[in-house]
Amino acid sequence: MVAKAGSDDKLWLSGNEAIARGAWEAGVTVASGYPGTPSTEILENLVKYDDVYTEWAPNEKVALEVGVGASFGGARTLVTMKHVGLNVAADPLFTASYTGVRGGLVIICADDPEMHSSQNEQDNRNYAFAAKLPMLEPSDPAEALVMLKEAFELSEKFDTPVLFRTTTRLAHVKSVVAVGERALGSVELKFEKNPQKFVMLPGHARMRRRVVEERQQQLRDFAEGYSANESHLADTKMGIITGGVAYLHAKEAFPEASFLKLGMSWPLPEKAIKEFAAKVDELVIVEELDPFYENHIKAMGVACEGKDKVPAMGELNAAIIKQALGGDIGDILPAAEMPMRPPNMCPGCPHRGTFYNLAKLDVFVSGDIGCYTLGALPPLAAMDACVCMGASVGIAHGLTKALGADSYKKTVAIIGDSTFVHSGITGLANMVYNKSHATVFIVDNRITAMTGQQPNLSSGSTLMGEAANSIDFEQLCRAVGVEHVRLVNPHKISEAKKVFKEEIERDATSVVICQAPCVLLPEMRKAKVMPLAIAVDDCTGCRACVGLGCPAISWTSITPEEAKAMGKKEKQKGYASISPEMCNGCGQCQEVCKFSAISAREDV
Amino acid sequence: MNESGNILFSGVGGQGILLASEITVYALLEIGLDAKKSEVHGMAQRGGSVVANLRYGKKVYSPLIDPGQADLVVSFEIMEAVRYLPYMHANSKVVVNSHKIAPPAVATGQILYPDDILDELAKQNIATYNVDGFAIAREVGEIRAANLALVGALSTFLPVEEEVFMKVLKERLPRKLDENIAAFLKGRAVTSK
Repeated sequence: MVAKAGSDDKLWLSGNEAIARGAWEAGVTVASGYPGTPSTEILENLVKYDDVYTEWAPNEKVALEVGVGASFGGARTLVTMKHVGLNVAADPLFTASYTGVRGGLVIICADDPEMHSSQNEQDNRNYAFAAKLPMLEPSDPAEALVMLKEAFELSEKFDTPVLFRTTTRLAHVKSVVAVGERALGSVELKFEKNPQKFVMLPGHARMRRRVVEERQQQLRDFAEGYSANESHLADTKMGIITGGVAYLHAKEAFPEASFLKLGMSWPLPEKAIKEFAAKVDELVIVEELDPFYENHIKAMGVACEGKDKVPAMGELNAAIIKQALGGDIGDILPAAEMPMRPPNMCPGCPHRGTFYNLAKLDVFVSGDIGCYTLGALPPLAAMDACVCMGASVGIAHGLTKALGADSYKKTVAIIGDSTFVHSGITGLANMVYNKSHATVFIVDNRITAMTGQQPNLSSGSTLMGEAANSIDFEQLCRAVGVEHVRLVNPHKISEAKKVFKEEIERDATSVVICQAPCVLLPEMRKAKVMPLAIAVDDCTGCRACVGLGCPAISWTSITPEEAKAMGKKEKQKGYASISPEMCNGCGQCQEVCKFSAISAREDV
Repeated sequence: MNESGNILFSGVGGQGILLASEITVYALLEIGLDAKKSEVHGMAQRGGSVVANLRYGKKVYSPLIDPGQADLVVSFEIMEAVRYLPYMHANSKVVVNSHKIAPPAVATGQILYPDDILDELAKQNIATYNVDGFAIAREVGEIRAANLALVGALSTFLPVEEEVFMKVLKERLPRKLDENIAAFLKGRAVTSK
């Protein structure tokens, strides 16, 4: 959106919107990625621009491989993922470092310090060091646009993939951004047959290994003069070396200090760092998460302080930095005591029915990554493990191998459609081949929901809005050798429970596909909703429906006198009711109510 | 009126705090100020507590409001105003929608909604302005205009003239403009007394 009336060269953009715009301006023609907070909106915005092919890949490894291919063909290519996605894509990453590129290749990895929406807070700057790749790291959306274009220049000039690190407080921060026009890259689009560069046989790789080392030296020289590595000398009592969003917090905390702001996180400009260090009395490194700059700066023989003062865990802000470096932040008002408000599955979410049943069965639930990870929270509290994308399947299998026959009828994995396609299929094939007895529940709502309804390989449409193949999970499971595959509607709680029990009891690998669409899908939002209601007179206060944890259902406590006045037994502690605004009529509560107290609102 | 400040928008995921914060930003940009706004997406939404940080001034560095630095708080839900007490200071002004949404522990009957929770702000002598956003929205005949009523209440504390807000509303809200403007003005009346 235009930031101010009358000027369309300045837009009010989030970091992710600015990166999408920067990619378009840089002449990107191919982009691939896998959704993951806080990176998702980059491709969702890039798809709105003309002349760019964009796609959601099944996982980050495939996305990067698509990117490498497009780059080999000469296209300027963007690949996007969240921080943990780069773990999945690490295999192509480390060797693409050897092959280098033809068209510029930039890989966005979006880190999530504080774990707002992630299972860990790894610091992906370590990947730049380990894969011997340059990494740029802007601090706000305006810089992100400029530096993304520079990243493509860098990639083609030095024949290297470029890592581009963002964090939540860049990706989801908005600021005024100066925008420009699109300029295409100059690399010719063609097949280039160059086995020494593109075929990483050991003999070729050993040659490329030397090229990588020479490139590292050239990049170190480049870093010394790169304009995004900026030195501002002011009060020289304290000098701060920082980068990314941490720069903004540090500048806010100590506006008068001297700064060396690193826009390039790797390789580091050793000469510039030593010059800066020599001009200040006290040198402090302010960085979020790991002591990455600090360790490398100390290895240069430069004395500095860092993680001995500034926390290595969680996000930073100006107050944390001020306090860490001896500043005063004044008195802070104490927090008031009040109940927490954790996220919850939506009213009408099909996953709720699945977890309601699993919670009532005596099983260990190996969970996975998605909205349904919320099934771990009370009142459902029906998840016992969750590690990374796709891990539910392997973990369930591993448990049965460790625990033996006693565990066979007590071990289930639960995994969403997108996560199953991402990295669950190989685990399932392994279960069959290695004779597992666990049951895999595929909770299939036809969309990648947690990150905001992105289509995946089972959704039947592409990011660019074209109709596409939709993977038939039943067929797929049979094809990898699962003999027992059952399809259930998770809203039909009693029917589903019967099937769950049968398959969990089964002495072989089995799969239950719990299939019902996400309530946030546009067609589901548009569908006519028939909200349900609870007849107060019929409610016995058994709390069965409350146990679903549906946001639309609430409990009203009553005293024995009130109960009596309502014509109920004195011992009834309360009754449940349904918010007509929130209910979407999924019928799960109707299924669990043994007293037939719940029916369509118009009938109550 | 201060040319710089920190506004914390809070509420429950799905309440539309982002639109309210966007309208506010555009008004501040319109008078030539710099601004940064920080939001959280993903897992944090889904009916949980949500917060947006908006900082404005001649030049804004950090996108985050530090504890004790929120000059203005706009909350779409009563309890969610008080949750951010550590971000307030003695002169903070809090605009709060008179609306309760039960958190899970209340909805499942484990505890009652703390009806006197706003007393926590009064105890710290923090100025609180109650705006019945949904009543205003019903009055103007557009149920989605509650957030404009809150922006209206906020607007009297900002260095932005009413006409500037009118211009921004016209540019940004082509649909149901009259209803939204009416809601904005009714909200504005609450804090301009």
